[in-house]
Amino acid sequence: MENIKKILGILWIILALLTAYFCIAQFGLPKIISGKQEDVVFGIIILFILTPIISIGLGVFGYFALTGEYQKDKM
Amino acid sequence: MQEQVSKKGIWKVIGASSLGTLIEWYDFFIFGSLSIVISTKFFPSDNPTAAFLSTLATFAAGFVVRPFGALFFGRLGDLIGRKYTFMVTLMLMGGATFLIGCIPSYDSIGFLAPLIVLILRLLQGLALGGEYGGAATYVAEHAPNGERGYWTSWIQTTATFGLFISLVVILLTKFFLSESQFDSWGWRVPFLLSIIMVYVSYLIRRNMDESPEFKKAKAEGKTSTNPLKESFGNKYNLKFVLLALFGAAMGQGVVWYTGQFYSMSFMKTVMFLDSDQADMILGIALLFGTPFFVVFGKLSDKVGRKWVMLTGMLLAVLTYRPIYQAMYHITDVSNKQELVDKRTEVISAPSSEDPREIITTTKYYSDGAYSKEEKIKQATDGQVQASEHKTITKSSMFLSGANYVKLIALIFIQILYITLVYGPIAAFLVEIFPVKIRYTSMSLPYHIGNGIFGGLLPAISTYLATNAKGAADPTFYLEGLWYPIIISAVCFVIGALYINKNMVAKDLS
Repeated sequence: MENIKKILGILWIILALLTAYFCIAQFGLPKIISGKQEDVVFGIIILFILTPIISIGLGVFGYFALTGEYQKDKM
Repeated sequence: MQEQVSKKGIWKVIGASSLGTLIEWYDFFIFGSLSIVISTKFFPSDNPTAAFLSTLATFAAGFVVRPFGALFFGRLGDLIGRKYTFMVTLMLMGGATFLIGCIPSYDSIGFLAPLIVLILRLLQGLALGGEYGGAATYVAEHAPNGERGYWTSWIQTTATFGLFISLVVILLTKFFLSESQFDSWGWRVPFLLSIIMVYVSYLIRRNMDESPEFKKAKAEGKTSTNPLKESFGNKYNLKFVLLALFGAAMGQGVVWYTGQFYSMSFMKTVMFLDSDQADMILGIALLFGTPFFVVFGKLSDKVGRKWVMLTGMLLAVLTYRPIYQAMYHITDVSNKQELVDKRTEVISAPSSEDPREIITTTKYYSDGAYSKEEKIKQATDGQVQASEHKTITKSSMFLSGANYVKLIALIFIQILYITLVYGPIAAFLVEIFPVKIRYTSMSLPYHIGNGIFGGLLPAISTYLATNAKGAADPTFYLEGLWYPIIISAVCFVIGALYINKNMVAKDLS
């Protein structure tokens, strides 16, 4: 189990990168350049609030998992 | 050792904390519940959809600032104490809510109106960000060891009960006023009422003592001098903050908002259920569901917090699509047999008082449901005799009998999931962080999970459903559910693997 927790750290980092790509390329930027006021607000929230939290937060979580910070003896 | 608090004393603590938190949730939710009328009052009415989306954006702004409130007031709470901090948040919330009820409309003061609404909404978000963590911490620090789940679950009922009270106040205001009175000034009543409730809560909270654990830490000089640095700059604590967010709060946030808000929006805008009936159905489900917060809070004291919360998430992942499919079928007229001979059509001719021609068609179905379709033919220049007209069509479905009960049951199941994930979470968050930085550390993941992951759910799910509808997907109405399903699934896996059943706070040193 402890090894699975470590290996899955890579998955969380990949997921963080994928989320960043989708949030920026699929949701955020198209909304911001759409020119519609309501879309711009939505795009800004996605790009500057949701994306950093998910991608940086999940990335750091994945790094901690990969480096064994969530092993039983370190909790 | 923890100072002993008598049963009577702890009920007083619960009462004072819960009442204030309940009022804060009430204040926060009436804005959302009245978002349609607010959009017509404060945002340019040329395009109703744009106006409504602007309100949603304001709603999101209310959620997005919650984590900042958590940081600001969490830090204060860890520095000067829980009691004074959540008194400030209560006054801030009450004041902002009362003032929203006083703002002149866009027609009177123009652009200033939506701007003031936005600022007050941001203040509401800040206040809520500070309130919840304070109340949960305050109660948990009074609770006997081994019973934190039970006692803090009373605080957990306040969010749902706050929504329920907001719906009841709105329904009662609508009941006592005519439609035009409510539209003209009646919508302000729920906002204005807040000031009385906040004052009563202030009087009760004023006489409460500081939490025993915080008092003890302060007396021993063990409080933090820099809670933000110790919470997020300390690697050991940061990993718990991240685990709390991605392994619990994130999934809890989306399950909570799906059950209480997406379901309401789905009933009104996808099922075209009459708005008052949708509010009533949600209200009944909330009333039956709320006691389960305490049931699952208490259960978590016996079996641990982890699997109670994760069960709720797993059930949500597995059953959201079938539940919403069943909801959709209840009002889907293609599955219904119309009693054609009962169909009625009433035509209201234009007059000098109302230049609109309204054709109301009522259709009755064999299962007891009926629908009302209003075709409103309105002269573009507002005159009775006009050369150009525009026609607006409004449809509403009304349920009765077995379908009404079935819809309540489907919403109730979603509320039950909420009680599973939300009932134990306050105790879970309180227990994994040490007293000196508890307020700050627990507030941030909670408000990111709820405010950002949960708060953005209506906008993201609507976006997904709209895209699917544009692509002619026959089940477009289910596509918005992918957001809560994916978030809950990821959260479930992280929680199941990384949360230890007996995880408790350790001294940071």
